[in-house]
Amino acid sequence: MSITRQSYDHELENLRSDISEMGNLVGLAIGEAVKALATQNIDLASKIMAGDDIIDAIEVDIEDKCMVLIARQQPLARDLRIIGTGLKITTDLERIGDHAFDIAKIAIKVAESGPLVKPLVDLPRMADMAQKMLKESLEAYINLDITLAEQVCQADDSVDDIYQQIFRELLTYMMEDPRTISQATQLIFVARYLERVADHATNIAEWVIYLVTGQRMRKK
Amino acid sequence: MEYKIQANKLKLYYGDALALKKISIQVVKNSVLALIGPSGCGKSTFIKTLNRMNDLVDGVRIEGEVLLDHINIYHPDTDVVMLRKRVGMVFQRPNPFPMSVYDNIAYGPRIHGLNNKKRLDEIVEKSLRGAALWEEVKDRLHTSAMGMSGGQQQRLCIARLLAVEPEVLLMDEPCSALDPISTMKIEELVTELKQNYTIVMVTHNMQQAARVSDYTAFFLNGELIEHDKTDAIFTRPQDKRTEDYITGRFG
Repeated sequence: MSITRQSYDHELENLRSDISEMGNLVGLAIGEAVKALATQNIDLASKIMAGDDIIDAIEVDIEDKCMVLIARQQPLARDLRIIGTGLKITTDLERIGDHAFDIAKIAIKVAESGPLVKPLVDLPRMADMAQKMLKESLEAYINLDITLAEQVCQADDSVDDIYQQIFRELLTYMMEDPRTISQATQLIFVARYLERVADHATNIAEWVIYLVTGQRMRKK
Repeated sequence: MEYKIQANKLKLYYGDALALKKISIQVVKNSVLALIGPSGCGKSTFIKTLNRMNDLVDGVRIEGEVLLDHINIYHPDTDVVMLRKRVGMVFQRPNPFPMSVYDNIAYGPRIHGLNNKKRLDEIVEKSLRGAALWEEVKDRLHTSAMGMSGGQQQRLCIARLLAVEPEVLLMDEPCSALDPISTMKIEELVTELKQNYTIVMVTHNMQQAARVSDYTAFFLNGELIEHDKTDAIFTRPQDKRTEDYITGRFG
């Protein structure tokens, strides 16, 4: 049997590469936002906030492409799962983009209110972990690699652990010196956003498993 | 954006009955326009006006104009044979001539006066390649075309058209007599052909219109109800009648 529907296959591949590109962008934004926070770099933070519009525009573009593919190609089976998961993953990525925006906004607020109460160590480490999960979930998406996707789901626990640790540590700071409360509260927000980024990466990994196997992961 | 075909206030009467009511529509060069609508809506009648196939029907009267490259094909000076060479047509049922594959393709060029064997060989190969059929028939060029499958016969008919180097391809439900795989092959072929030709296709199959066309026109009772980019027609039609038709809620 000869190959048919090549242009359709091509569009599905394009969709996946668009999504992966969007993923790289939001991953980069998270890393830069935490860097702006740690180095009190207001210019960098403003740049990230401005970049969120681009990410939102990409989201709309991908969603439109999905709608048109559904309308025009009547996708079934794996094709249908590619488009359905594409819509879901795009939403997760857009939320990650929003969190990069939120962190950048906090970076500006904290930088304007004075020096950091302590050099940031755990938050950048947490950001690295969340970014790695995102990167691997996207890699799993592109290569349809369910082993890697499962690893991402498991990695989420260690991000939850470090979140708890940061939370307790900042709480201690606030109890010892109430003048740190304002900044420490903001940093707890950042930790919370990063924890959410890891959750979205986990969602993406779960969608990869569904895309490949058709099986839904049981939610924790 | 260049228009290959423009119909301006085109009216067609069968006797006293008005079958096309002031159709105005443009066909963008190197695009695929799909005509959809229920039976009797005028889509097949309309497509036949584009190469004056309706001239052959008794009692047909046409008002308005159809421009091909900005020249009215209904002007009395039009050479209708030349027009049909430029604007070729594929029909619902494949209609190969009862002769060999090779002779089917060479028929048109020979009619137009070509007899050079080497040149004909080239045209046959090029046309069959253009219709995505060459690999399947290159070893049986001199056997009868009547022994081919329906899908192959339809692609042969397309190859036969390509042999006379047309500019526009009209397809009147080209897949309605074909199985799903042959249908997909024709659809894939159409998306390739549009790079070099302008294509107008009548189809009863809405999914087919959605898959292959760049523009879609919805006809109803001899009227053009809506004409837009296919993406738009199938995701956000403007007219309720279009919406009802494409979602299967018609009538």
